[in-house]
Amino acid sequence: MFPYLLAAILLISLSGFYLGRKQASNLRSQTKLHSLPQYHGYFIALWCGIPTILLILLWTALEPILLGSLIRSHLESQSGGLTPTDYVIMTEEVRNLAAGVALGTQDPLILETAEWMRSLQQSSQWSMVVVTILLAMLIMAFTRSKVAPGFKARHGVELLFNGFLFISSTIAILTTIGIVLSLIFETFRFFELVPITEFLFGLKWYPQIAIRADQVAGDGAWGAIPVFSGTLLISFVAMIVAGPIGLMSAIYFSEYASPKMRGWTKPILEILAGIPTVVYGFFAALTLAPLVRDGGIAIGLDVEARSALAAGLVMGVMIIPFISSLSDDVINAVPQTLRDGSYAMGATKSETIRQVIIPAALPGIVGAFLLAISRAIGETMIVAMAAGLNANLTANPLENVTTVTVQIVVALIGDQEFDDPKTLSAFALGLVLFVVTLILNVVALAIVKKYREKYD
Amino acid sequence: MSQKKNNGSLVTKINSSDVRVFYDQTEALHGVNLEIYENSVTALIGPSGCGKSTFLRCINRMNDVIEGCRITGKITLDNEDIYDKGLDVVQLREKVGMVFQKPNPFPKSIYDNIAYGPQIHGLAQNRQEMDEIVENSLKKAGLFEEVKDRLNSPGTGLSGGQQQRLCIARAIAVNPEVILMDEPCSALDPIATAKIEELIHELRQNYTIVIVTHSMQQAARVSQRTAFFHMGDLVEVGDTDDIFVRPEDKRTQDYITGRFG
Repeated sequence: MFPYLLAAILLISLSGFYLGRKQASNLRSQTKLHSLPQYHGYFIALWCGIPTILLILLWTALEPILLGSLIRSHLESQSGGLTPTDYVIMTEEVRNLAAGVALGTQDPLILETAEWMRSLQQSSQWSMVVVTILLAMLIMAFTRSKVAPGFKARHGVELLFNGFLFISSTIAILTTIGIVLSLIFETFRFFELVPITEFLFGLKWYPQIAIRADQVAGDGAWGAIPVFSGTLLISFVAMIVAGPIGLMSAIYFSEYASPKMRGWTKPILEILAGIPTVVYGFFAALTLAPLVRDGGIAIGLDVEARSALAAGLVMGVMIIPFISSLSDDVINAVPQTLRDGSYAMGATKSETIRQVIIPAALPGIVGAFLLAISRAIGETMIVAMAAGLNANLTANPLENVTTVTVQIVVALIGDQEFDDPKTLSAFALGLVLFVVTLILNVVALAIVKKYREKYD
Repeated sequence: MSQKKNNGSLVTKINSSDVRVFYDQTEALHGVNLEIYENSVTALIGPSGCGKSTFLRCINRMNDVIEGCRITGKITLDNEDIYDKGLDVVQLREKVGMVFQKPNPFPKSIYDNIAYGPQIHGLAQNRQEMDEIVENSLKKAGLFEEVKDRLNSPGTGLSGGQQQRLCIARAIAVNPEVILMDEPCSALDPIATAKIEELIHELRQNYTIVIVTHSMQQAARVSQRTAFFHMGDLVEVGDTDDIFVRPEDKRTQDYITGRFG
């Protein structure tokens, strides 16, 4: 039903377009129009199509809700003395039966109501078809009567287009606000159970608490410092790897590589950015971590099986392309005239790079680094596989540490209840992570922007 | 091509013979023979795309940087072939400075902009000597009085005309023998232009200057010799007074009377 109806509406819109354009071009042969004929066509088509399609969507969304409450009140009036939960279950049964799912229910009330619901649904569907098609026709008749030399169809089309763009951006913004608000509210609930001072300054993190009375588990401790220190340690290792390699390769690509060389090596580096992080994750856990441990043992170091070093190294490889391509962009944005100026002074290539190009591109490079750090902090898959679960407060990269993202994953898999601190801790961790990355991104973008203005 | 007579007292600083420049397969300069005399200003004029900037950039080998650019023929500086394999381009550019069309101070302080060249060529033993070089260069470029109180503020904060004089000071700081100027005033207003032209007059005492310009009035004002380029050919070269008053070639005459270009 639904696709046919949509097709019908589109057909009406389309014919509205052709009819309107025809009508307007007939007028145009006699007199001067304010808007070109196709704008009259667009005006009719958009007004026929958009409100009716919106009506269809609204109808489809509201129908189950209205029918549900109708069924429920019907059930309530027919059988008394049941708990609200029973009614919910009965309503669901009716709904399933009406949708054609056989449940083997013998209750005559339910069978009869399901029959009734099906007929209601059908009449609702048919009335939707009739109403929307009628509406589309009516709008078309009305808008066609507006086609006149002085009618400002172009403005109308612009306005509709404007509105469409506005709504799209509003949806994006509202979604973001909604996510942030939900983070904030759940975090407040967490802080009702756990004091905020313990979360921010506590040095112990043991989230494994009993969620049922018969479970044996610890009392729980919610100090986030070891978790954040783990994130920082791994990000630090990652930046030690990615910073120099990324920057040096950016310099090589933008200053030394011939266009041909650049043409095929740069895409290869960018493939690194396309590898799913889960692949990096098992590479870290299965290949690199044992290598690091064996290597450590060979030189007499005590390395744990899941070390911050292994996770950080692989994460570093993952963010090389970010640093490299962002730095490459800012280095390329340094005007050629500065390079020429330096070469003309008799400077060599490396003198020019060290003393002119890098200082000129420095703000942009710093911005690239900050964006890469925020990426490293938020990275989940690699650390979920290669870093540990143990919230270990240490600065030794050979030990096992955990990260914020890993703890969020752990908190939200397996058994969970929404009133216990283990589940809610995910929101608190998420909020802090969000704030940290937000600040990093804002600072990074501000730096990059300031730098852009300088040379434009 | 006609080479006009010159005063016998002049010494040839740069001599180019049959210089051809190719960008990939296209020939941009078709065999240029041009002598440039010491302590004089030579102006290169001609319509856009005639090869005058290309020729200028051959003199300090700035075309080396351009991908696919090839140069044949011979250019000598003090009778030394500058395209000789044994010649170090760094030393060549120490002797041949350049000022560009758009002022391009480095994103450093005014002081560091000037100190850049002396530092990479090791011209100053200590801070005091560097201070002297910076002060002298700024004085020669007529900029010292304007900036002496803010030597540590960024060079990019100066006005366009000041930036261009800073670039000239920067070129002077390494004590070059030749200064190449590629339309140095095209991005400047008339007052800043007048200052640069005045500066060029003064600099002629100590340096050999080659200037590319779009403005024939400027060529007439600042230069002693003028070379007219057209479509990759050096059409005519001679004393500036002669070129503007009695051009020999029809194309030169058409250009300076404003019939094209």
